[in-house]
Amino acid sequence: MTGKIVIDTERCKGCGLCVVVCPKKSIVISEESNQSGYFPARKTDGDCTGCAQCAIICPEGIIEVSREQMERIRIVAAPGKPGTPRLIEEKR
Amino acid sequence: MNTVFKRTSVLKDCPTHYCPGCGHGIAHRLVAEVIDELDIQDRTIGIAPVGCAVLAYNYLDVDMVEVAHGRAPAVATGMKRTNPDKIIFSYQGDGDLAAIGTAEIIHAAHRAERITVIFINNAVFGMTGGQMAPTTMLGQVTATTQQGRNPSNGQGYPLQVSEILALLPGTVYVERCALNGVPGIRRTKAAMKHAFQLQMDDAPGLSLVEVLSPCPTYWRMSPAKAMKWIDEQMSRAFPIARLKG
Repeated sequence: MTGKIVIDTERCKGCGLCVVVCPKKSIVISEESNQSGYFPARKTDGDCTGCAQCAIICPEGIIEVSREQMERIRIVAAPGKPGTPRLIEEKR
Repeated sequence: MNTVFKRTSVLKDCPTHYCPGCGHGIAHRLVAEVIDELDIQDRTIGIAPVGCAVLAYNYLDVDMVEVAHGRAPAVATGMKRTNPDKIIFSYQGDGDLAAIGTAEIIHAAHRAERITVIFINNAVFGMTGGQMAPTTMLGQVTATTQQGRNPSNGQGYPLQVSEILALLPGTVYVERCALNGVPGIRRTKAAMKHAFQLQMDDAPGLSLVEVLSPCPTYWRMSPAKAMKWIDEQMSRAFPIARLKG
């Protein structure tokens, strides 16, 4: 499952809260400043699960998060024939 | 790709004037998200405080009024009594609610006014330069308590407004939350939603959510450390709890 975040770097004040909460450590503070003179947060090439913790903690509310839709899997009980698995996954 | 998190339209699309890492930005967003989710944008009237959040009306896309320092519950009383079908909330800081506006909030709660109060507690006067507030904790260093707040110097004790209000029969819901991380932010939003819902259900009294909010600038620490400091220090003096309701 992969996610994607978009940070509005021109409005970021570089407080670094998203850097701290990211469980995958995929956000860093940029080395180049924006037009307001702040050093904004920047997404690295690292993993993103789309957990949205960065967006929830962002005081400016400028992070948008999207996530690939999960494949729905339903686990159902299979008829009890010897040698077959008792539970099977059914994709919908 | 599914959008998981998007800025709510109740929050106007403009930058805030707050310092980096300030809790007001998060609290504004939570109020906006709650108004959006409850679908009450067209009948909500907010009251902005005097303090750092004085310009809250620039950020929340609902009808708002700016009132004299600390008088938000008094104005909310008038608005709610004349427009009982409107949802009235005040957004106040600790200088506004716990210092100059103590009489107003106590008496609004005492009269069981059916309003919602969002009380942002950051333990300093942020707007004027980080001086000691009534909510400043013992030992906390501020611009006017250079050696830390000390009651034997005549500086008194931190005022625990939520505990006082929870004792009054006129309040229906009092909860203290903290913006100390993602779980705390989620709990704060749930508390705010409950407070607004009570007013929508015409519950017979005042609902108040106290939010322990970081002020990295005048606590003189990094935003991440300020959130940790709420966990380690502030929540001891101001226990995070559902005090009533």
